[in-house]
Amino acid sequence: MKLLSILTALCLIASLIASRQKTWMGIKKGVSMFIKLLPVLLLMLAIISIVLFLIPNETLVHYMGKGSGLKGWITSAFLGSVALIPGFIAYPLCGILIDNGVAYSVIAVFITTLMMTGFLTLPVEAKFFGWKVSVIRNLVSLAAALVIGLIMGFFL
Amino acid sequence: MKKFQKYIFPLAFLILIGLSYLFDLVVGKQIGLNFWMFFKEMILFLPLMFILVGLFDVWVPREKIEKHIGGESGWKGTGLVILLATLQAGPLYGAFPFAYILWKKGCSIKNIFIYLGAFSTIKIPMITFEIGFLGLKFSLLRTLITLPVFVLIGYLMEWYLKDKDFEVKQP
Repeated sequence: MKLLSILTALCLIASLIASRQKTWMGIKKGVSMFIKLLPVLLLMLAIISIVLFLIPNETLVHYMGKGSGLKGWITSAFLGSVALIPGFIAYPLCGILIDNGVAYSVIAVFITTLMMTGFLTLPVEAKFFGWKVSVIRNLVSLAAALVIGLIMGFFL
Repeated sequence: MKKFQKYIFPLAFLILIGLSYLFDLVVGKQIGLNFWMFFKEMILFLPLMFILVGLFDVWVPREKIEKHIGGESGWKGTGLVILLATLQAGPLYGAFPFAYILWKKGCSIKNIFIYLGAFSTIKIPMITFEIGFLGLKFSLLRTLITLPVFVLIGYLMEWYLKDKDFEVKQP
Protein backbone atom coordinates (compact mmCIF):
# COMPACT_ATOMS: atom_id res chain seq x y z
CA MET A 1 0.00 0.00 0.00
CA LYS A 2 2.69 2.43 1.05
CA LEU A 3 4.76 1.27 -1.89
CA LEU A 4 1.92 1.96 -4.30
CA SER A 5 1.37 5.47 -2.91
CA ILE A 6 5.06 6.30 -3.20
CA LEU A 7 5.23 4.85 -6.68
CA THR A 8 2.18 6.81 -7.82
CA ALA A 9 3.54 10.01 -6.29
CA LEU A 10 6.91 9.56 -8.00
CA CYS A 11 5.30 8.82 -11.35
CA LEU A 12 3.04 11.84 -11.00
CA ILE A 13 5.95 14.15 -10.21
CA ALA A 14 8.07 12.81 -13.05
CA SER A 15 5.14 13.09 -15.41
CA LEU A 16 4.34 16.64 -14.29
CA ILE A 17 7.91 17.72 -14.92
CA ALA A 18 7.87 16.18 -18.37
CA SER A 19 4.52 17.51 -19.51
CA ARG A 20 1.65 19.00 -17.57
CA GLN A 21 -0.76 18.53 -20.40
CA LYS A 22 -0.05 14.84 -20.85
CA THR A 23 -0.21 14.27 -17.09
CA TRP A 24 -3.63 15.90 -16.97
CA MET A 25 -4.80 13.70 -19.84
CA GLY A 26 -3.58 10.58 -18.07
CA ILE A 27 -5.22 11.49 -14.77
CA LYS A 28 -8.47 12.35 -16.49
CA LYS A 29 -8.48 9.04 -18.26
CA GLY A 30 -7.72 7.06 -15.12
CA VAL A 31 -10.28 8.87 -12.99
CA SER A 32 -13.03 8.53 -15.58
CA MET A 33 -12.44 4.78 -15.78
CA PHE A 34 -12.61 4.59 -12.00
CA ILE A 35 -15.87 6.52 -11.83
CA LYS A 36 -17.46 4.35 -14.46
CA LEU A 37 -16.52 1.25 -12.53
CA LEU A 38 -17.52 2.59 -9.11
CA PRO A 39 -21.22 1.57 -8.98
CA VAL A 40 -20.44 -2.07 -9.84
CA LEU A 41 -17.59 -2.06 -7.34
CA LEU A 42 -19.78 -0.73 -4.54
CA LEU A 43 -22.44 -3.31 -5.27
CA MET A 44 -19.85 -6.07 -5.26
CA LEU A 45 -18.38 -4.92 -1.93
CA ALA A 46 -21.88 -4.72 -0.43
CA ILE A 47 -22.64 -8.30 -1.45
CA ILE A 48 -19.28 -9.56 -0.19
CA SER A 49 -19.83 -7.94 3.19
CA ILE A 50 -23.22 -9.65 3.47
CA VAL A 51 -21.81 -13.04 2.47
CA LEU A 52 -18.96 -12.70 4.93
CA PHE A 53 -21.48 -11.98 7.68
CA LEU A 54 -23.56 -15.04 6.78
CA ILE A 55 -20.57 -17.41 7.06
CA PRO A 56 -18.89 -17.16 10.47
CA ASN A 57 -15.56 -18.85 11.22
CA GLU A 58 -17.16 -21.64 13.28
CA THR A 59 -19.14 -22.79 10.28
CA LEU A 60 -15.97 -22.93 8.22
CA VAL A 61 -14.18 -25.03 10.83
CA HIS A 62 -17.19 -27.35 11.04
CA TYR A 63 -17.33 -28.04 7.31
CA MET A 64 -13.62 -28.02 6.52
CA GLY A 65 -12.16 -29.48 9.74
CA LYS A 66 -10.71 -32.88 10.64
CA GLY A 67 -12.24 -35.86 8.90
CA SER A 68 -14.29 -33.71 6.56
CA GLY A 69 -12.66 -35.49 3.59
CA LEU A 70 -14.20 -34.77 0.25
CA LYS A 71 -16.80 -32.54 1.88
CA GLY A 72 -13.99 -30.31 3.15
CA TRP A 73 -12.55 -30.02 -0.35
CA ILE A 74 -15.87 -29.14 -1.90
CA THR A 75 -16.74 -26.64 0.81
CA SER A 76 -13.40 -24.89 0.60
CA ALA A 77 -13.44 -24.74 -3.20
CA PHE A 78 -17.01 -23.48 -3.25
CA LEU A 79 -16.65 -20.87 -0.51
CA GLY A 80 -13.28 -19.78 -1.79
CA SER A 81 -14.69 -19.24 -5.27
CA VAL A 82 -17.71 -17.25 -4.18
CA ALA A 83 -15.93 -14.65 -2.19
CA LEU A 84 -12.88 -12.66 -3.06
CA ILE A 85 -11.29 -11.88 0.25
CA PRO A 86 -8.12 -9.81 0.47
CA GLY A 87 -4.98 -11.50 1.81
CA PHE A 88 -4.85 -9.56 5.04
CA ILE A 89 -8.10 -11.25 6.07
CA ALA A 90 -7.61 -14.56 4.27
CA TYR A 91 -4.24 -15.48 5.83
CA PRO A 92 -5.21 -14.91 9.47
CA LEU A 93 -8.44 -16.79 8.80
CA CYS A 94 -6.49 -19.72 7.35
CA GLY A 95 -4.21 -19.61 10.39
CA ILE A 96 -7.29 -20.11 12.58
CA LEU A 97 -8.53 -22.94 10.37
CA ILE A 98 -5.20 -24.79 10.58
CA ASP A 99 -5.15 -24.44 14.36
CA ASN A 100 -8.55 -26.08 14.30
CA GLY A 101 -7.31 -29.10 12.42
CA VAL A 102 -8.09 -28.24 8.81
CA ALA A 103 -5.71 -30.05 6.45
CA TYR A 104 -3.04 -28.12 4.57
CA SER A 105 -4.26 -29.31 1.18
CA VAL A 106 -7.76 -28.01 1.94
CA ILE A 107 -6.26 -24.70 3.00
CA ALA A 108 -4.30 -24.54 -0.26
CA VAL A 109 -7.52 -24.97 -2.24
CA PHE A 110 -9.27 -22.39 -0.10
CA ILE A 111 -6.51 -19.78 -0.42
CA THR A 112 -6.00 -20.27 -4.14
CA THR A 113 -9.70 -20.01 -4.95
CA LEU A 114 -10.07 -17.08 -2.56
CA MET A 115 -7.48 -15.11 -4.46
CA MET A 116 -7.86 -16.37 -8.01
CA THR A 117 -11.56 -16.87 -8.51
CA GLY A 118 -14.41 -14.66 -7.46
CA PHE A 119 -17.87 -15.26 -8.75
CA LEU A 120 -19.02 -12.16 -6.91
CA THR A 121 -16.47 -10.07 -8.77
CA LEU A 122 -17.64 -11.40 -12.13
CA PRO A 123 -19.68 -8.26 -12.92
CA VAL A 124 -16.50 -6.20 -12.53
CA GLU A 125 -14.38 -8.66 -14.49
CA ALA A 126 -16.97 -8.88 -17.27
CA LYS A 127 -16.71 -5.11 -17.80
CA PHE A 128 -13.17 -5.72 -19.00
CA PHE A 129 -13.17 -9.23 -20.45
CA GLY A 130 -16.81 -9.89 -21.32
CA TRP A 131 -18.95 -12.48 -19.55
CA LYS A 132 -17.88 -15.55 -21.48
CA VAL A 133 -14.15 -15.13 -21.05
CA SER A 134 -14.57 -14.14 -17.39
CA VAL A 135 -16.60 -17.23 -16.59
CA ILE A 136 -14.09 -19.43 -18.41
CA ARG A 137 -11.17 -17.86 -16.59
CA ASN A 138 -12.86 -18.42 -13.25
CA LEU A 139 -13.77 -22.03 -13.99
CA VAL A 140 -10.27 -22.85 -15.22
CA SER A 141 -8.79 -21.21 -12.13
CA LEU A 142 -11.12 -23.23 -9.92
CA ALA A 143 -9.91 -26.44 -11.55
CA ALA A 144 -6.33 -25.25 -11.16
CA ALA A 145 -6.91 -24.61 -7.46
CA LEU A 146 -8.04 -28.21 -6.98
CA VAL A 147 -4.93 -29.46 -8.76
CA ILE A 148 -2.75 -27.25 -6.58
CA GLY A 149 -4.50 -28.61 -3.49
CA LEU A 150 -3.96 -32.19 -4.61
CA ILE A 151 -0.25 -31.66 -5.19
CA MET A 152 0.09 -29.85 -1.86
CA GLY A 153 -1.57 -32.83 -0.21
CA PHE A 154 1.27 -35.04 -1.46
CA PHE A 155 3.92 -32.91 0.17
CA LEU A 156 2.34 -31.84 3.45
CA MET B 1 -30.72 10.16 -14.74
CA LYS B 2 -29.12 7.05 -16.13
CA LYS B 3 -26.02 7.79 -14.11
CA PHE B 4 -28.07 7.93 -10.96
CA GLN B 5 -29.81 4.66 -11.72
CA LYS B 6 -26.57 2.76 -11.45
CA TYR B 7 -26.23 3.95 -7.87
CA ILE B 8 -29.68 2.85 -6.70
CA PHE B 9 -28.54 -0.46 -5.22
CA PRO B 10 -25.41 0.80 -3.48
CA LEU B 11 -27.46 3.71 -2.15
CA ALA B 12 -30.23 1.45 -0.88
CA PHE B 13 -27.59 -0.68 0.81
CA LEU B 14 -26.07 2.32 2.54
CA ILE B 15 -29.46 3.56 3.71
CA LEU B 16 -30.23 0.14 5.20
CA ILE B 17 -26.88 0.17 7.00
CA GLY B 18 -27.60 3.67 8.25
CA LEU B 19 -31.00 2.58 9.56
CA SER B 20 -29.41 -0.41 11.31
CA TYR B 21 -27.17 1.96 13.19
CA LEU B 22 -30.11 4.19 14.03
CA PHE B 23 -32.16 1.30 15.39
CA ASP B 24 -29.18 -0.58 16.77
CA LEU B 25 -29.58 -3.73 14.66
CA VAL B 26 -26.59 -6.04 15.15
CA VAL B 27 -26.95 -7.68 11.75
CA GLY B 28 -26.79 -4.44 9.83
CA LYS B 29 -24.02 -3.03 11.98
CA GLN B 30 -21.84 -6.09 11.45
CA ILE B 31 -22.42 -6.01 7.71
CA GLY B 32 -21.72 -2.28 7.73
CA LEU B 33 -18.44 -2.94 9.50
CA ASN B 34 -17.46 -5.53 6.88
CA PHE B 35 -18.40 -3.14 4.11
CA TRP B 36 -16.37 -0.34 5.63
CA MET B 37 -13.32 -2.61 5.84
CA PHE B 38 -13.57 -3.59 2.15
CA PHE B 39 -14.48 -0.09 1.08
CA LYS B 40 -11.45 1.37 2.84
CA GLU B 41 -9.16 -1.08 1.11
CA MET B 42 -10.72 -0.33 -2.26
CA ILE B 43 -10.82 3.45 -2.01
CA LEU B 44 -7.24 3.72 -0.77
CA PHE B 45 -5.85 1.60 -3.50
CA LEU B 46 -7.92 1.67 -6.65
CA PRO B 47 -7.78 5.40 -7.51
CA LEU B 48 -3.98 5.22 -7.30
CA MET B 49 -4.01 2.20 -9.58
CA PHE B 50 -6.19 4.02 -12.10
CA ILE B 51 -3.99 7.11 -12.07
CA LEU B 52 -1.01 4.87 -12.78
CA VAL B 53 -2.96 3.23 -15.59
CA GLY B 54 -3.82 6.64 -17.05
CA LEU B 55 -0.21 7.81 -16.89
CA PHE B 56 0.97 4.53 -18.32
CA ASP B 57 -1.43 5.05 -21.20
CA VAL B 58 -0.14 8.49 -22.15
CA TRP B 59 3.57 7.82 -21.64
CA VAL B 60 4.43 4.26 -22.57
CA PRO B 61 4.68 3.72 -26.32
CA ARG B 62 2.96 0.69 -27.77
CA GLU B 63 6.09 -0.57 -29.53
CA LYS B 64 7.92 -1.00 -26.22
CA ILE B 65 5.22 -3.14 -24.64
CA GLU B 66 4.65 -5.10 -27.79
CA LYS B 67 8.34 -5.87 -28.09
CA HIS B 68 8.85 -6.93 -24.47
CA ILE B 69 5.65 -8.76 -23.58
CA GLY B 70 3.87 -9.09 -26.92
CA GLY B 71 3.23 -12.10 -29.11
CA GLU B 72 6.87 -12.78 -29.94
CA SER B 73 8.41 -12.05 -26.59
CA GLY B 74 8.77 -15.68 -25.45
CA TRP B 75 9.90 -16.70 -21.96
CA LYS B 76 11.50 -13.37 -21.22
CA GLY B 77 8.17 -11.64 -21.73
CA THR B 78 6.42 -14.09 -19.45
CA GLY B 79 9.06 -13.60 -16.78
CA LEU B 80 8.64 -9.87 -17.10
CA VAL B 81 4.85 -9.87 -16.56
CA ILE B 82 5.23 -12.20 -13.58
CA LEU B 83 7.78 -9.87 -12.05
CA LEU B 84 5.52 -6.87 -12.74
CA ALA B 85 2.53 -8.60 -11.15
CA THR B 86 4.27 -9.91 -8.05
CA LEU B 87 5.54 -6.47 -7.11
CA GLN B 88 2.03 -5.05 -6.90
CA ALA B 89 -0.51 -5.24 -4.11
CA GLY B 90 -4.22 -5.41 -3.60
CA PRO B 91 -7.10 -7.69 -4.55
CA LEU B 92 -7.58 -9.14 -8.02
CA TYR B 93 -10.08 -6.58 -9.25
CA GLY B 94 -7.26 -4.04 -9.09
CA ALA B 95 -5.41 -6.02 -11.74
CA PHE B 96 -8.16 -5.70 -14.35
CA PRO B 97 -7.53 -2.06 -15.27
CA PHE B 98 -3.84 -2.80 -15.61
CA ALA B 99 -4.56 -5.84 -17.73
CA TYR B 100 -6.64 -3.57 -19.96
CA ILE B 101 -3.83 -1.10 -20.48
CA LEU B 102 -1.27 -3.84 -21.11
CA TRP B 103 -3.61 -5.34 -23.69
CA LYS B 104 -4.18 -1.99 -25.35
CA LYS B 105 -0.43 -1.56 -25.66
CA GLY B 106 0.08 -4.91 -27.34
CA CYS B 107 0.64 -7.47 -24.58
CA SER B 108 -0.09 -11.04 -25.74
CA ILE B 109 -3.19 -12.95 -24.59
CA LYS B 110 -1.04 -15.50 -22.81
CA ASN B 111 0.81 -12.85 -20.85
CA ILE B 112 -2.43 -11.06 -19.90
CA PHE B 113 -3.72 -14.17 -18.15
CA ILE B 114 -0.35 -15.01 -16.65
CA TYR B 115 -0.33 -11.48 -15.28
CA LEU B 116 -3.75 -12.03 -13.67
CA GLY B 117 -2.62 -15.37 -12.24
CA ALA B 118 0.57 -14.00 -10.77
CA PHE B 119 -1.16 -10.90 -9.49
CA SER B 120 -3.76 -12.90 -7.62
CA THR B 121 -1.60 -15.61 -6.10
CA ILE B 122 2.03 -14.63 -5.58
CA LYS B 123 2.43 -11.01 -4.67
CA ILE B 124 5.73 -10.50 -2.90
CA PRO B 125 4.38 -8.08 -0.27
CA MET B 126 1.69 -10.64 0.64
CA ILE B 127 4.05 -13.61 0.82
CA THR B 128 5.75 -12.31 3.93
CA PHE B 129 2.30 -12.10 5.47
CA GLU B 130 1.49 -15.64 4.37
CA ILE B 131 4.72 -16.98 5.87
CA GLY B 132 3.80 -15.35 9.16
CA PHE B 133 0.46 -17.13 9.37
CA LEU B 134 0.98 -20.38 7.51
CA GLY B 135 4.69 -21.06 7.73
CA LEU B 136 7.61 -20.92 5.33
CA LYS B 137 7.20 -24.47 4.04
CA PHE B 138 3.55 -24.04 3.09
CA SER B 139 4.06 -20.66 1.44
CA LEU B 140 7.12 -21.70 -0.52
CA LEU B 141 5.52 -24.91 -1.70
CA ARG B 142 2.29 -23.17 -2.66
CA THR B 143 4.18 -20.54 -4.64
CA LEU B 144 6.32 -23.11 -6.45
CA ILE B 145 3.33 -25.26 -7.37
CA THR B 146 1.08 -22.34 -8.32
CA LEU B 147 3.60 -20.70 -10.66
CA PRO B 148 3.65 -23.38 -13.41
CA VAL B 149 -0.12 -23.87 -13.03
CA PHE B 150 -1.07 -20.34 -13.98
CA VAL B 151 1.56 -20.17 -16.71
CA LEU B 152 -0.25 -23.20 -18.11
CA ILE B 153 -3.57 -21.35 -17.76
CA GLY B 154 -2.07 -18.51 -19.80
CA TYR B 155 -1.16 -20.91 -22.60
CA LEU B 156 -4.58 -22.57 -22.42
CA MET B 157 -6.44 -19.27 -22.63
CA GLU B 158 -4.32 -18.12 -25.56
CA TRP B 159 -4.82 -21.38 -27.37
CA TYR B 160 -8.58 -21.10 -26.85
CA LEU B 161 -8.94 -17.38 -27.61
CA LYS B 162 -6.41 -16.73 -30.35
CA ASP B 163 -8.87 -16.92 -33.24
CA LYS B 164 -11.90 -15.64 -31.37
CA ASP B 165 -11.81 -11.81 -31.55
CA PHE B 166 -10.80 -11.58 -27.92
CA GLU B 167 -10.35 -8.09 -26.52
CA VAL B 168 -9.99 -6.39 -23.16
CA LYS B 169 -12.48 -3.56 -23.10
CA GLN B 170 -12.27 -0.20 -21.46
CA PRO B 171 -15.04 -0.10 -18.82
